[in-house]
Amino acid sequence: MEQYNVVIIGGGPAGLAAAKAAYDEGERSILILERDSLLGGILNQCIHNGFGLHTFKEELTGPEYAKRFEDEVRARGIECRLNTMVMDLSSDKTVTAMNRTDGMFQIRAKAVVLAMGCRERSRGALNIPGYRPAGIYSAGTAQRLVNIEGYMPGRKVVILGSGDIGLIMARRMTLEGAEVQVVAELMPYSGGLKRNIVQCLDDYGIPLKLSHTVVDIEGKERVTGVTIAEVDSKNKPIPGTEEHYDCDTLLLSCGLIPENELSRGAGVEISPVTNGPKVNERLETSIPGVFAAGNVLHVHDLVDYVSEEAADAGRNAAAYVREGNAPETENGTAVTFEGGIRYTVPSTVDTEKMKDLMTVRFRVGSVMKDRIVKVYANGEEIFKKKRRIMAPGEMEEVLLRKTELQKFGGLKTLKIKVEEA
Amino acid sequence: MWDAVVIGAGVTGSAVARYLSRYRAKVLVVEKSEDVCTGTSKANSAIVHAGYDAKNGSLMAKYNLEGSLMMEDLSKELDFPYDRCGSLVVCLSEADRPTLEKLYENGVKNGVKGLEIVERDRLVEMEPNISDDAVAALYAPTGAIICPFLFTIALAENAAENGVEFRFDTEVKSIGRTGDGVFKLVTDKGEILTKTVVNAAGVYADFFHNMMCEKKIRITPRKGEYLLLDHEAEGFVRHTIFQLPGKFGKGVLVSPTVHKNVIVGPTANDIDDREGTNTTASGLAEVMEKSARALKNVPVRKTITSFAGLRAHEDGHEFIVEESKENPGFFDAAGIESPGLSSAPAIGKAVAEMVKARLKLEEDPSFKATRKGIVHAAELSIEERNELIKKNPAYGQIICRCENVSEGEIIDAIRRPLGAKSLDGVKRRVRAGMGRCQAGFCSPRVMEILARELGKDQSEVTKSGGESRIIVGEIKDKW
Repeated sequence: MEQYNVVIIGGGPAGLAAAKAAYDEGERSILILERDSLLGGILNQCIHNGFGLHTFKEELTGPEYAKRFEDEVRARGIECRLNTMVMDLSSDKTVTAMNRTDGMFQIRAKAVVLAMGCRERSRGALNIPGYRPAGIYSAGTAQRLVNIEGYMPGRKVVILGSGDIGLIMARRMTLEGAEVQVVAELMPYSGGLKRNIVQCLDDYGIPLKLSHTVVDIEGKERVTGVTIAEVDSKNKPIPGTEEHYDCDTLLLSCGLIPENELSRGAGVEISPVTNGPKVNERLETSIPGVFAAGNVLHVHDLVDYVSEEAADAGRNAAAYVREGNAPETENGTAVTFEGGIRYTVPSTVDTEKMKDLMTVRFRVGSVMKDRIVKVYANGEEIFKKKRRIMAPGEMEEVLLRKTELQKFGGLKTLKIKVEEA
Repeated sequence: MWDAVVIGAGVTGSAVARYLSRYRAKVLVVEKSEDVCTGTSKANSAIVHAGYDAKNGSLMAKYNLEGSLMMEDLSKELDFPYDRCGSLVVCLSEADRPTLEKLYENGVKNGVKGLEIVERDRLVEMEPNISDDAVAALYAPTGAIICPFLFTIALAENAAENGVEFRFDTEVKSIGRTGDGVFKLVTDKGEILTKTVVNAAGVYADFFHNMMCEKKIRITPRKGEYLLLDHEAEGFVRHTIFQLPGKFGKGVLVSPTVHKNVIVGPTANDIDDREGTNTTASGLAEVMEKSARALKNVPVRKTITSFAGLRAHEDGHEFIVEESKENPGFFDAAGIESPGLSSAPAIGKAVAEMVKARLKLEEDPSFKATRKGIVHAAELSIEERNELIKKNPAYGQIICRCENVSEGEIIDAIRRPLGAKSLDGVKRRVRAGMGRCQAGFCSPRVMEILARELGKDQSEVTKSGGESRIIVGEIKDKW
């Protein structure tokens, strides 16, 4: 069986950043397995700009951003196998993969970085009633058809869900001459970034209807129309609020789901909130030596943070190989939260093993104004920052210093709390 | 001049065609859709009923039992998935026990083997998620599950391999007789002359019956809505779980599928529209609510898709499988609602024998009873898979990541006899797009393969034939 020290599953932004960082940490036996025919993952179809503001201090398109990381990976001579699908990951870190030329093969890895990204929630998972004609696409599928294949999926469009891809596609389809009539969003707030609502909807006069959903899809062969309705506080459609739209296309942008089929197969513990692995301060999953980063861990808004997180995972994977499986100390301190926070990544922190400066990322469950985010260690406030507005669509973060946490001798509790200002 | 024309390429029509193909005869199947298995046959519970339910002495009881007994051997001959997982009809109240006993007795009378009433303790062992209200159940070890698509496709392919011709996108408008015992079918693609006609038109069977027969029938589309749950729900139930009709009315079933999903449904609502396969908010809600009666914590949140099918319900609630008295040579296979899928082999065989008797057909010694399905690469060992990839590298390229379907399988689905012509056609044959992302990732790839294999432009590729085109044109830069 082939052996590699670090096997990275996925050659998108997370996988590339992890590979680069593992290499720079001194690791030379690295393999990236990518199912597509090119590196860069979903960035390749994100031809709009706005990528890289944090990382490169300039606005890049998705393919440009991917290219920068790809060049770094290529310059280091890191091995990549393209068109290669990972079929299975076992708990002992045996990776089974397949492609046209090598057939099905197995690799024994000392460390694995999960970087498989996420998928879109489908119409079926949303249980939207109606017919099942052609003309219903997830926003990402439409994005691929338009930006990679050069095809128009439709001319008269209704969009359900205000996730970022849906917003981006509202603008993209409009620029291609389609008529985007409305974006309906089930929740009373958008799941997308504020800047996308402004730049992709407001600038083109596309209405965003909050607390609305699709209640019927018409058309037996191709979509001929959809009906949307307002929903009540329990997300149930309110009778009498139905509005009909003639259209040939319904795009869905109703949330992203981390793709953890391989992780589950290996026995990695998955958080029911994020649908991603539970990880410790080193982004290590419940299986020692298996790390996770990017959208497979939890869905991000900005690729810059994916790269940052994945670089950490890559470094930690390299360190794991170098140092071996450190003797199990205590499990670390659970990160608890209050005040509307839905989850944190990581979910535990070991003050011995954490790096000097660690980012804890989290999301809140509703829109909140004028708040203070505070961190309490052993009940004592160690950090605070003001937030004028917090929303489910925008990822939050706090920075923790190792020295600060170690001050306590033994860290018993670590709590992140959102309080009213 | 054809010896026999079968109207409808659903499971019944395909079964008739397959059993007719063993005789020396010129047989044609005409189908208004672009593929086999696009109506009632594609959207049902995917169950082989054991045969205890239908009224003793009815054709439903007869053909159900015969079909159920034929199915396993047939699944080996024609290479389609079949799993005799057994079924349980769950009694949720002591008050309903007499109904359960009656069902048992009816089953015994119908000739169903192995039936027994299991009490709560054993039931809980068999199905740990069974409702706390469950008091007993009728256990039918011969109950089974199949894939209705692959079953129908297997029958049709085998018929085609044995010389039966299929014409798709061909809608029969009327049937008449010319002199001397010849039928004339007027279709949207011209006229067809034939010595015999088999009416296997599903929800449209009454149209054709009533053109030919004095005693009129009426078929009402009875809509059934379903939820299909993700592979993650696999193992939630081990048997097909029915609810005994009782104080809550008729329930819904929860069953494993041969593809390791869980199916939940159906509702039963009579509608007017014979193409009305839309799901409804109330229907889906009803499925969820009713499924919770016999089982605890049904994982309906793991739904990957919902769909509706139409049962061809005839007023008499009985199969009509016979030759017309006024018009000898016209054969009905009408009113084929549940247990129609289970009965299909028996009905197919019976109708084929009626046609044989009418035309005095002879056995065709070249008839080949077996057929090999598309290889399911995900089920092979690493060695077997590598052997396959060495011969054809396309089997090493995964296209549908949710169901692990390779390009090789998709190409085979397109190239084989009666091959797939649309995304849905591919989906029914090899499951690309059937998984949890519901074709989000693979549909552009499958479109590409379909266009290449069929020598078409991608703009001509459809979801399911007709006007169901996936794309409407090119982007500006390409103009």
